Amino acid sequence: MDTIFGIPTQALFGQLLIGLINGSFYALLSLGLAVIFGLLNIINFTHGAQYMMGAFCAWFLLTKLGISYWWSLVLVPVIVGLVGMLIERAMLKQLYKLDHLYGLLLTFGLALIIQGLFRHEFGSSGLPYEIPPALSGGQNLGFMFLPNYRAWVIAASIVVCFATWFVIERTKLGSYLRAATENPALVQAFGINVPRMITLTYGFGVGLAGLAGVMAAPIYQVNPLMGADLIIVVFAVVVIGGMGSIMGSIVTGFALGVIEGLTKVFYPEASNTVIFIIMAIVLMIRPAGLFGTQR
Amino acid sequence: MALEDRAAAGVTREEGTLGHQRIAFAVMVALFVLAPFVVYPVFLMKALCFALFACAFNLLIGFGGLLSFGHAMFLGTAGYVCAHAAKVWGFNPEFAILFGIVASALLGIVTGLLAIRRQGIYFAMITLALAQMIFFFCMQAPFTGGEDGIQAVPRGKLFGVIDLSNVMVMYFFVLAVFLAGFLLIYRIIHSPFGQVLKAIRENEPRAISLGYRTDQYKLLAFVLSATLAGMAGATKALVFQLASLTDVHWTMSGEVVLMTLLGGLGTVFGPVVARSSLSRWRTISRGWGSGSRSSRARSSWRASSPSAAASSAKWGTG
Repeated sequence: MDTIFGIPTQALFGQLLIGLINGSFYALLSLGLAVIFGLLNIINFTHGAQYMMGAFCAWFLLTKLGISYWWSLVLVPVIVGLVGMLIERAMLKQLYKLDHLYGLLLTFGLALIIQGLFRHEFGSSGLPYEIPPALSGGQNLGFMFLPNYRAWVIAASIVVCFATWFVIERTKLGSYLRAATENPALVQAFGINVPRMITLTYGFGVGLAGLAGVMAAPIYQVNPLMGADLIIVVFAVVVIGGMGSIMGSIVTGFALGVIEGLTKVFYPEASNTVIFIIMAIVLMIRPAGLFGTQR
Repeated sequence: MALEDRAAAGVTREEGTLGHQRIAFAVMVALFVLAPFVVYPVFLMKALCFALFACAFNLLIGFGGLLSFGHAMFLGTAGYVCAHAAKVWGFNPEFAILFGIVASALLGIVTGLLAIRRQGIYFAMITLALAQMIFFFCMQAPFTGGEDGIQAVPRGKLFGVIDLSNVMVMYFFVLAVFLAGFLLIYRIIHSPFGQVLKAIRENEPRAISLGYRTDQYKLLAFVLSATLAGMAGATKALVFQLASLTDVHWTMSGEVVLMTLLGGLGTVFGPVVARSSLSRWRTISRGWGSGSRSSRARSSWRASSPSAAASSAKWGTG
């Protein structure tokens, strides 16, 4: 068997693939966090719970209502996003004038409540979700076996990430958004409804988490705790990439997924901690994050 | 017990004058001395350990204005180190606890140096991520016993003489540790150092312009808080004769944040009241599940008590 650095290529590419998959989810989730942080200045601790809600929503639609995966991809982000907007309107709105930490605490509490409710209802054993028939099977690339569904997840998340980047950085709507991040009062004076924009942005960021949840459902089990630990890693990704930086969160999301995968090959003991170690190093060298600017 | 709550809550509000605080302190000591004859002592010891933990945390956020979201790492690390020292090396309890405290203080220095580079929300996230790192370390390191934790830790003989396996003796030992920690925090808060901390919390640029090296003050506050959290963790490990992953998991960090908020930021007695009443509430709410509800509801009632949600069922112990 071929080896690279004494590691079988099969294992190496296998872990690279897993790294890329994880990276896709890190990127999608940290992108949502970055968008929300950019405009609302709130660290959305509920993000993991909303990702979990997305997966449960897809499971519910499929098993109870018979709605297919493809429709879920559209419907679930909308549903989760709407729930998010409701939360923003009802609760987060009250906190904008206060210190950022209160937003963190509120969303933390909400995350615990949501997770608790889902565990109350579904237990913690996890529910299966079938891979859609069109994407089952896989390709033999000669050096490794690539399941179709995983290829789809990677491709889809890259497309979604860059579409988001394009909208925010290159369109008129995005320029309003960026302007509102800089100076909400002035943008409002120009006749743009900033509060509505904030609500929609939060809904969008949360919707991304919901989308990630749908895509994750067939890979990981649908489990009330699926977002609980992931969110901490995503936080680290956001800190490394630079808080509020769109491109930073996409690139670091994928890069850290791959690095984590490679660590699993070369030094498995450190695979869980490598992201946090990188975070510590980045903080020492560039406290604002790799792509961030000091505010 | 309701009386104790009311009395303590009353003084929290009137805090400020020295006389009131002395009375409040006397009342608190009297209640804690009498309590074990009425209430299950192990439960009280748990409350005391967590109260000390919350006080240590409050020192950092209430007076330093730094929200750490990773304080569980100090609680857990000290617990593991103390348990290991007591069980494997056969240390006396006082040395085992001291050893745990030193470990968490060292950890506090390292993590503090990293974390105080950023403020506010970044500080919270950095401490959270560092704590998660410690969590994975504790899960994988050979001496911590992975998901089993360190079990059957001997309580040993205090100073080689006093046998702590007696519940009442253990209780008063824990009470002494708690009061020592509490008085230390009280002393810190009312020292010039504490006043500088408050100044930094209120207006850091001004404190800098007055010539204070705020980073050093913040680091010292962080290390002190870590040390005291370690004191709570090490004592807790001896009380339950167990050091487990629950104490290192991030939900524990979140729990202490909630505790402190519930009791009121920047008050001396707040965390104590909140902590004791919340552990009581949690114990009661668990009782509901086993009594009137079906077995399915029972397991999930634990989940719906938010603080226990992620950790208790996942890691086995509550």
